[in-house]
Amino acid sequence: MKPAPFDYVRPQTLSEACALLAGDENARLIAGGQTLMPMLAMRLSRPSLLVDISRLAELRGIRREAHDIVIGAATKQVEVEHSALVASDLPLLAAALPWVGHPPTRNRGTIGGSIANADPSAEIPLVAVTLDAEIETFDEAGAASMPADDFFLGPMITAAPAGGCVSAVRFPVWEGAHVGIGFQEVSARRSDFAFAAAAAQIALDADGRCVKIALGIGGVGDRPVKLDLSPLIGKTLADAAIDTVLRDAASVLEPTDDLHASAAYRQRVAEHLGARALREAWSDALQGGAAR
Amino acid sequence: MRTELLVNGVTRVVEVEPRKSLLDCLREDFSLTGTHAGCEHGVCGACTILLDGGPVRSCLILACQADGYAITTIEGVAPAPGELSVVQDAFCETHGLQCGYCTPGMILTAHALLADVENPSRAMIVESISGNICRCTGYGQIIEAIELAADRLRKANTPRDLISLSPRLGTPHQDLAPADAPEKGILEAADTDMPYGGAA
Repeated sequence: MKPAPFDYVRPQTLSEACALLAGDENARLIAGGQTLMPMLAMRLSRPSLLVDISRLAELRGIRREAHDIVIGAATKQVEVEHSALVASDLPLLAAALPWVGHPPTRNRGTIGGSIANADPSAEIPLVAVTLDAEIETFDEAGAASMPADDFFLGPMITAAPAGGCVSAVRFPVWEGAHVGIGFQEVSARRSDFAFAAAAAQIALDADGRCVKIALGIGGVGDRPVKLDLSPLIGKTLADAAIDTVLRDAASVLEPTDDLHASAAYRQRVAEHLGARALREAWSDALQGGAAR
Repeated sequence: MRTELLVNGVTRVVEVEPRKSLLDCLREDFSLTGTHAGCEHGVCGACTILLDGGPVRSCLILACQADGYAITTIEGVAPAPGELSVVQDAFCETHGLQCGYCTPGMILTAHALLADVENPSRAMIVESISGNICRCTGYGQIIEAIELAADRLRKANTPRDLISLSPRLGTPHQDLAPADAPEKGILEAADTDMPYGGAA
């Protein structure tokens, strides 16, 4: 459990970090290191150079920009978990964070690290896909941005530019008094990898009718998937056929089999958790988020 | 590479290979073997230390990444040599340990929790130690120990808002009592062996 030898460098700017990456194809970025360090210890990863971006000021911080919350890639998960701004403007992410690893890993783990790692069962990518977040990247060519749905290609595979890095995640904020959220997950043990997870956000009008709805399912296939729930638009909780709509929408899922859970189980759990998260979000929205 | 680390209030300079984890550095270079090496890939929590007061797995951070942080190991929580912190004492009393392998990590995690939360619920205690595996106790006595420690800290006869627990961790032997802490003699006798009450 000792990593193979490598060099370590802590650049002062993001451009310097990207230049170092471009100069050595075996160089890798390290931020919180909560996934990379086990990979190094087990020698599944053998970089020649580690470029530490965890202290770059330009990658840190949580800020509101017009209709978005922008979170710097190297912002620690614990900072987001306890941020008042995230709790008020991005409650779905706040609800998902306690499910991410354990308190000690959240003290080091970063938002951008989880996004760039693209584990199919990870909660932060799930919330990013559910809310149509934009993933901002930076490489020697400059800054770029793409929708989360295009960014996650498969298990641990992303569209991030080679020799570049994720610099920030831009989450759209849903305005209005009647926005509710729900988050559900099933795993073998608390904070273990999710067999299935569902993240839901809903906006209602003054009469309790759904005007905007988003539901993402994670852990089931090889990437988080957003389901089409447009048949629920205009409905109230009483007349919405949540289970039927969800069963139809969930047919796009491509569940995977593994040692821990069969594909059929994952599909069934995903449908149930989706319905549960939606109902949770709906009643949360009816109360104007007062119960959070 | 040359790295300067602030461990238990003392600045130490060490020459480490970049690939050396903070865990190995603490154990091998500083002989602080109270930090236990368990799984060495971030699963078990035996190597938990405090970084600026927050629990962190020392096997998942390189020694050369840890400069500039206040590092606290289990060796840094007792008020004086031969003494125990309130949390350590509570673990002894409730039989919160058997083989002792997970104990330093558990105790540091509990210290971090109690520094933030005066009266943690059972659910909060369980959540805070959820990343620390114990194979002996079944966790029941550990939770009991943390509840007991929380209770004693609450009852320590020192104005709580004047004292932040975290800066005290890792700085034994120093009288950090705030200027307006109660004079000696005002404290209950039972509190005088505690680092907070006793410091005054």
